[in-house]
Amino acid sequence: MIVMAKNKSDQKRRIENVLSALKHDKLAIASLVFLVIIIALALLAPILPLDPNTTDVRNMFQPPSPEHWFGTDDIGRDYLSRVIYGGRVSLLVGFLAMITCVCVGVLVGTVSGYCGGWIDSILMRIVDIMSSIPWMVLVTVISLFLKRGLKSIIIVIGFFTWMEIARLVRAETLSLKEREYVMYAKFVGIPGYVIILKHIIPSVLPTIIIAASTGIANAIMTESSLSFLGLGIQQPMSSWGSLLQNAQSYMQNAIYMAILPGLLIVLTIFAFNKLGNLLRIFVEPRVMSGEKD
Amino acid sequence: MAEQNNQILLETKDLQKHFPIKDFFGRKKQAVKAVDGITFQIIKGETFGLVGESGCGKSTLGRTLIRMYEPTGGQIIFDGEDITKLEGAKLQPYHKRMQIIFQDPYSALDPHHNVEEIIREPMSLYTNASKSDIDEQIVELLKKVGMKADDMYKYAYEFSGGQRQRIGIARALAVKPEFLLCDEPISALDVSIQAQVVNMLEDLQEELGLTYLFVAHDLSMVRHISTRIGVMYLGKIVEIAESDELYDHPMHPYTEALLSAIPVADPELARSSKRKIIKGDLPSPMDVPGGCRFHTRCPYAKPECSQMEPPLVERTPGHFVACHIR
Repeated sequence: MIVMAKNKSDQKRRIENVLSALKHDKLAIASLVFLVIIIALALLAPILPLDPNTTDVRNMFQPPSPEHWFGTDDIGRDYLSRVIYGGRVSLLVGFLAMITCVCVGVLVGTVSGYCGGWIDSILMRIVDIMSSIPWMVLVTVISLFLKRGLKSIIIVIGFFTWMEIARLVRAETLSLKEREYVMYAKFVGIPGYVIILKHIIPSVLPTIIIAASTGIANAIMTESSLSFLGLGIQQPMSSWGSLLQNAQSYMQNAIYMAILPGLLIVLTIFAFNKLGNLLRIFVEPRVMSGEKD
Repeated sequence: MAEQNNQILLETKDLQKHFPIKDFFGRKKQAVKAVDGITFQIIKGETFGLVGESGCGKSTLGRTLIRMYEPTGGQIIFDGEDITKLEGAKLQPYHKRMQIIFQDPYSALDPHHNVEEIIREPMSLYTNASKSDIDEQIVELLKKVGMKADDMYKYAYEFSGGQRQRIGIARALAVKPEFLLCDEPISALDVSIQAQVVNMLEDLQEELGLTYLFVAHDLSMVRHISTRIGVMYLGKIVEIAESDELYDHPMHPYTEALLSAIPVADPELARSSKRKIIKGDLPSPMDVPGGCRFHTRCPYAKPECSQMEPPLVERTPGHFVACHIR
């Protein structure tokens, strides 16, 4: 974002825009605070006095209490620790899968849009084919072939959700390519990859950032669904999705085990979408003035 | 300032640029004939003005000439070398010698780069001078186009249209070109600034010995700056003459009509003078009328005009016209 608003007064105006949007939107403030807390907890988990793996069979299915804030699970592990460590995995998957998917999407989108011709046709047909297969089926089949675990779930999500970003970026590249400054750079003989890096990507950055913030939310959602189906994160590691899956067997005597991670998934996704909205106001000041008119 | 030795710098022979229109299956359906067989010369040191109404192919001709667009037919000869078929590394030295100034000073400069980055971009390809040397040259260029050294680290959007156009000119001059295509460089500017930019271009021409192709539709400005003028209609040049000769003795009916459209500052004179208004619209460049392209709108059209295309012939010394009637 700093790259886009190098000019100081411009940057100040953008920040003011975001602040005034925040003023009217209490939910957005709550979302930001929530995200900061969740991310801080996830990052600080190893140095906090949490122990997600010690079992205690005498204290199984303890409901939330001052000693165990979120209660204990089916083999007596502290559920608060498990939820926080689960969030660590969920967020990690969210970020890394988003980065993979943005990188692939931007690469394919810019190359396809900039080169045009048969390269564009081939790449876009690949995008069409990949987006025509229902992603849940695709991801399920692929994850059956890969060794289950953190790495493969990041790869699976990252490499099978980039099509939307590729299309968005390609569309913008097509219009940027006809700008005279890009035509001039091409004319004097600047190599194509330099033009993409120096002229195209900085202009597409707003789109990329917005797509990325909703991309995290989608990746967390996908990870949760896969883990819920048992195709994602495996024991003893846990994510919010796998906690949910584990909880469904004990719905009758420990309903909090399902509600807590489920609520966190919903709130996190909501908060990331709110963040995406704020970023959009930051990078596209027109969005704000448009709403006021 | 021009024609000391009448040495031809740039020449085209039957130059064509057609943009194909493809159907759903990618087959060529039709072509927009933006430039359709143009033969003319630009003499070293002169300013060749190119006029014509919107959509007649002026800009396309200019951009094809400097090989920004790929020509679809004919020949381009620059300084005695045929550059029509050159590609890549062989073409690049010619792009250093032929530069361009764009019409729209807003889309010509990348909003994410500052002035120093914008001007350094073309320079970086041709020198391996140190950064401080390049910076020094940039400061010099900025001074040459009437800007200050401390503008160097500002962004394009901090400047007015006229200043941006100056930055664009500095960028074009950065690689020390011989030929400059001015693609309607003043039509997006305020009238007061137009004069400044035109005067600056004239000064630079004298100082650096540049040759200009000046594309425009402001006829009075073109008369002021040009040595010779070419009039384009629908992808063809219909008349070429020395600037004053063209304005005083236009031969082609289209040129006559264009010139009579220049507003006259004296209302008495304006009322008494007969304006030659041509009827109808510019025909589609996809579907060019047969024979003389202008016959559909020409007030003097005769039957033969729709039969045969008139060649561009020299009627009086230095005055070329493509018309059956005159």
